[in-house]
Amino acid sequence: MLQPQMEITVDELRQLVSDRAVQGETMLLNMGPQHPSTHGVLRLLLELDGERIVNCVPDIGFLHTGIEKNMEAKSYEKALVMTDRMDYLNNLGNNLCYCLAVEQLVELDVPPRAQVVRVLLTELQRIASHLVWLGTHALDLAALSVFLYCFREREHIMDIFELCSGQRMMTSYFRPGGLWRDLPAGFDEAVRQFLSLFPARMQEYESLLTENPLYMDRTKGIGAISTEQALQIGLTGPALRATGLAFDLRTARPYSGYEEFDFEIPIASNGDTYDRYIVRMEEMRQSLRIVEQALDRLPKGPVRSNNRKFVPPPRSELGHSMEAVIHHFKLWTEGFAAPAGSVYLPVESPRGLLGCYLEGDGSPKPLRVHFRTPSFANLQAIPILSRGHLVADLVAIISSLDPVLGDVDR
Amino acid sequence: MIDLLEWTLESVGIITIVLGGFAYLTLFERRVMARFQTRIGPNRAGPLGLLQPIADGIKLLFKEELIPDQADKLLFVLAPVITVVPVVLLMAVIPFGPDLTILGRRVSQGLAPELNVGALYILAIASIAVYGIVIAGWASNSKYALLGGIRSSAQMVSYELALGLAFIGPILLANSLNMAEIVRAQRGIWYVFLQPIGFLIFLVASIAELNRAPFDMPEAEQELTAGYHTEYSGMKFALFFMAEYGKMIAVSFIAATLFLGGYWGPFVERLPILGPLYLIAKVLGMLFLMIWLRATLPRLRYDRLMAFGWKVLLPLGLLNVLVTGSLIVALG
Repeated sequence: MLQPQMEITVDELRQLVSDRAVQGETMLLNMGPQHPSTHGVLRLLLELDGERIVNCVPDIGFLHTGIEKNMEAKSYEKALVMTDRMDYLNNLGNNLCYCLAVEQLVELDVPPRAQVVRVLLTELQRIASHLVWLGTHALDLAALSVFLYCFREREHIMDIFELCSGQRMMTSYFRPGGLWRDLPAGFDEAVRQFLSLFPARMQEYESLLTENPLYMDRTKGIGAISTEQALQIGLTGPALRATGLAFDLRTARPYSGYEEFDFEIPIASNGDTYDRYIVRMEEMRQSLRIVEQALDRLPKGPVRSNNRKFVPPPRSELGHSMEAVIHHFKLWTEGFAAPAGSVYLPVESPRGLLGCYLEGDGSPKPLRVHFRTPSFANLQAIPILSRGHLVADLVAIISSLDPVLGDVDR
Repeated sequence: MIDLLEWTLESVGIITIVLGGFAYLTLFERRVMARFQTRIGPNRAGPLGLLQPIADGIKLLFKEELIPDQADKLLFVLAPVITVVPVVLLMAVIPFGPDLTILGRRVSQGLAPELNVGALYILAIASIAVYGIVIAGWASNSKYALLGGIRSSAQMVSYELALGLAFIGPILLANSLNMAEIVRAQRGIWYVFLQPIGFLIFLVASIAELNRAPFDMPEAEQELTAGYHTEYSGMKFALFFMAEYGKMIAVSFIAATLFLGGYWGPFVERLPILGPLYLIAKVLGMLFLMIWLRATLPRLRYDRLMAFGWKVLLPLGLLNVLVTGSLIVALG
């Protein structure tokens, strides 16, 4: 059931704006792609009546990188590196999504230790992503200091990633069949230190925003959407959960062993900017719980599958096993072949439903790779969320959806 | 002849305070903000970053002066000047200390603190700056600048009323529009204690008048890129910057004069030269407060700002004037 206000007809899109703009009654304002608060290179065409938004047309494609197309020209293992660069705040999450899809396509096993480590690091990544969101969201509302506090904590997480993989952002740490290598010494202490420090820091952010009348005034009732509308346009992630629907793939369709962890899916009821904030803040707490549980139960054992047809052998074997040399050579020159067929595997990214569609054709390179990215789908909500609000609210609405433009234009 | 010399010296002193103060206020703000935000702030140019304002000034001087093709050239150049001049003029009526006697000649500290309409003069001059901003927004011929200009004109006109009402409290109490008289009347007790509501109204209205956070709608970076000065670069941009920070200083001086006892402090009677020091200490306190607010608070929304100005601040100001007036009449 479409609400009258959310109908965007083809005509409207073709002309982009209403008749009033043609007659000069309303002002057309181009916001972006170079604008401080469009979170990258998003361009919005605004039709304004005074400062009130009559129409808002998002325009994307300024960060098109051709990642999906590029991946078709690489072997399955090499294509992994490109996923880091898609949603650059959820690198490990993208790795995970892609690895799970490849593993499903070629029916590859993942050892339990690798699964738990994947969950642990993905949840840390979720916290890091939400921290960047919180910082930029607050910055868009001119609460300057929160931004720097958030980045201070994010730096801890980045350090942990660097410890594991040698990279802060483009980690490529998850590989089909497990991990690149085992966790380093000192990982446990580093994560425990973060766990003990972070709850107090969360308190700090909340004391600056949650009960702040100025903040509540800027966000309550701004950009509200109902569950029904949200589902119609494919809104997922915290924005959907803020409308009251506890849909999270980690519980709805568990992957990588999420079903073994004890955590809650936070929801809110109004679906406005403030609720999206509340949901994300609570998600950080829940992620912290998952990280703690994962760290406590971290099983011993290998971190890569023993299936030598897909996972290269350890270097130590190369010196005395001819078979290992052959596997190594084959995997690093040709790569492994995947059978003809396709898989679609959705996971829960910090922004919502991230799905990887892979189609194999029996060769070592994928025939088609496609990502259903949450930022892209969520961006559709901006015209609906912003209609009738002020320009100042638009900034809050954009940031409350947390779009990552690298995720929009693959 | 000697009068002329005195005025010249005093004028030079005031201009130095505003311009030098502006330069070092930017540094002060950046350093203080940095501490709030767990950063260090600029500390490379000179000891403690003390040469940073000079480096910034030189950089801005050598920047290319761009005038957009579509801009109204005359107004575009004039706007920063109109904005910055009133700021310097504002300081003329601030009394910096009790009168001195130098070589048997009575010398006032400050240019014209005894001006008999001092308070009105401040209100009148402060209003001129809004023209600069509106003209800048209009002459740039850019939509963002225009939105910024419109916002600021509405904001400044609205808050001028509340600001004016906040002035009335001290004026009534001192029974004078003369700034020096108002300070002298605060010798026993600062007016902030007699006029707490008035002081709060003054604080809020003056920050709004300054376009400072959390009321910095006109230049809301996240919404309007830079508001009315979006199209300005180089020294013309620096002039807007100077106007904003100079006005911060001027308003702090006015607040200290009207509500915080001006130059009064221990031993000022015996040693009048201490007066300016106390005054500057109070001004620094005010400036710190403004920076603190900027580091902490999110920005208000434009329509809420207007509603707050007209529906809360203005009635409150009127009530304050009414109560103050009645009490003065009742208690003699």
